[in-house]
Amino acid sequence: MTVTAGWYMTLAAVLFSIGALGILMRRNAVVMFMCIELMLNAVNLTFIAAGQELRDLTGQLAVFFVLVVAAAEVVVGLAIIVAVFRNRKTASVDEFNELKG
Amino acid sequence: MSEFFIRNIWLVILLPAIGTVVLHFFGRRIGQPIAGWIASTMIGLSFFVGLIAAVPLFQGTAEAHVAHVFNWIPALGATAELLWDPLSALMVLVVAGVGTLIHIYAIGYMHGDERFTRFFVYMNLFATSMLTLVLANNFAVLFVGWELVGLCSYLLISFWYVRPSAAAAGKKAFIVNRIGDFGFLIGLMIIFSTFGTLSYTTVLDDPGKLLGAGTATAVGLLLLVGATGKSAQLPLYVWLPDAMEGPTPVSALIHAATMVTAGVFMIARTSSIYALSDTASIVVATIGALTAFYAATIAMAQTDIKRVLAYSTISQLGYMFLGVGSAAYVAGVFHLMTHAFFKALLFLGAGAVIHGMSDEQDILKMGGLWSKMKTTGVTMAVATLAISGIPPFAGFWSKDEILSSAFARGGWWVVLWAIGLVTAGLTAFYMTRWFVLTFLGEPRWDDGIHPHEAPKVMTVPLMVLAALATVGGLINTPFKAGLEHFLEPSFKHLTSAPAGATVWLLAAVSVAVALVGIGVAWRLYSRTDRAEETWTWSIPALWRRMGHAYYMDDVYGTLLVAPGKLVAAWSAFVFDKKVIDGIVNGTGTIVRRIGAALRPLQSGFVRSYALTIAAGAVGFVIWFLATGGL
Repeated sequence: MTVTAGWYMTLAAVLFSIGALGILMRRNAVVMFMCIELMLNAVNLTFIAAGQELRDLTGQLAVFFVLVVAAAEVVVGLAIIVAVFRNRKTASVDEFNELKG
Repeated sequence: MSEFFIRNIWLVILLPAIGTVVLHFFGRRIGQPIAGWIASTMIGLSFFVGLIAAVPLFQGTAEAHVAHVFNWIPALGATAELLWDPLSALMVLVVAGVGTLIHIYAIGYMHGDERFTRFFVYMNLFATSMLTLVLANNFAVLFVGWELVGLCSYLLISFWYVRPSAAAAGKKAFIVNRIGDFGFLIGLMIIFSTFGTLSYTTVLDDPGKLLGAGTATAVGLLLLVGATGKSAQLPLYVWLPDAMEGPTPVSALIHAATMVTAGVFMIARTSSIYALSDTASIVVATIGALTAFYAATIAMAQTDIKRVLAYSTISQLGYMFLGVGSAAYVAGVFHLMTHAFFKALLFLGAGAVIHGMSDEQDILKMGGLWSKMKTTGVTMAVATLAISGIPPFAGFWSKDEILSSAFARGGWWVVLWAIGLVTAGLTAFYMTRWFVLTFLGEPRWDDGIHPHEAPKVMTVPLMVLAALATVGGLINTPFKAGLEHFLEPSFKHLTSAPAGATVWLLAAVSVAVALVGIGVAWRLYSRTDRAEETWTWSIPALWRRMGHAYYMDDVYGTLLVAPGKLVAAWSAFVFDKKVIDGIVNGTGTIVRRIGAALRPLQSGFVRSYALTIAAGAVGFVIWFLATGGL
């Protein structure tokens, strides 16, 4: 039994779905962040797998971009969450609705 | 020496320009009266440069010279080039010469005014502009001068701008002149489209080659529209009487001696175009004759010392138009020159009277000033005789030459001659009335007024101008047509005054008419100090109409200004408010409505946004699967 690209893709799809469902169902901002990371890394996995399968380095290149952007996004996002938490004593996104129309 | 100045004739323009700049930046520090003397020196030097440069022209040893200064707008054929020929030389000498005297006079007249230096900045700027206008060898340069003198006129009429009437008068002068300029500009455009250049050298040398008879008429009439605006002829004369709101030296220099003659000068300059079109010439002459008569009747009933002279100026400008319209260009320009002398003199004398009477301007409240103001009185008597056309004073020779030239052309021009002759009688009448009411008879001053003679700085220019008004006419008489000989190179198509017995007969007739005018006015106004009532009693209705200038301001107000204001009000309060603002506000309203409709989508629940995104992504995937890509 060889591990083919399909396996990786399946794993990535499962991870992505878990992340997406987590975003939709959890209300703690930190957990939602973790779910976003999960989704991003699921996508990274598809890039790597496809790059390996197609013998193309572009896949890995894309992953580097995603990692860098994700790191930057985490820095900003966590800073916002910490700031909001200090003010509101909660990390529940349902409470943060000042900007609703 | 002369050679150098002819080649660098732009020095004439530069000198007063330097005065303008220096006084503008340092005038406050220089202070009065030095600033006035600097301005007078600049224009005086300009006069001397012009005089030296004119010597070869007087001697007849020099041809007209075109001085190229720089390329300005080559695409428009607009080169900054100046023309030094007999006509421009004469105009420079009149403008700078009379200008110098009036500058000096103004040092006395404006003494103590807090904007003394500002006044001389404007006066020097005016001299610069007017000299540019007369020296131009290019319609574009002419137009620059033309507009700049209009600007100076505006600035100086509303010089005492805190008086609402002065501010309004300045505005009126500017707007009426704009109406004239509109026609003038169209005329210039036709010239440019026909000749491809605006240079006199090409356009005026032989315009018949390219200009058809119909186009020549159109150009002539359009240029005339500009001239009627600047020279205050029917129907655009209405600004000039109001322009008397300005200081009196301004009235003398700009609204009598020089600027208002720009229209006459321009028609004389473009004489070769008018030679192509009899229609245009007839219209010029007719407008001139009608204006002369019309304004003279109004002048008869005015009671403001300056308004009499203002209407008289309009009337005399009408004579000049009659002259240039009869192709008697020398006569027209000759009258321009003598008029500059005696009308500047009259205005300066009126200024001296106003000065001595503590700003009283109503001649019904004057009288008996002869003994109080000897110099002014004598010089005014000279000016009155000169403008009335009594020999040997200057006005006689020039006015008579215009009338006899018109008579000599025959046909329709004989009618115009008759109008001019009647006007000569009216002129003698209103000027005598003016003189008698001001200087003779019993004093009718208000209490507390102590008339006194003006200072030397004001009376000396009066005496110089009086001398010029006395002998200035002798340069062109039927005995020795000196000016005609001098100006001949500038005009190709010239009607000369008739020779022999006719000219003397015509002269005798016009002198007789003038004497009748003087006699009637003398009888009516010198006997009693309440003379106004005797005359008013006999034809009160007509007299009242003339006193109010036939209510022409009201007619213009009702026919032109009121509809204009209605259109403006409609544009501002209906069109702008409803249509323009409607479009702007409507755009805003639409955006706001759409925003309000979409606002509920922003629910504030992060997870519902996430669900929307996920649903969208799923939707895309399904769509891709169903259609197999884009």
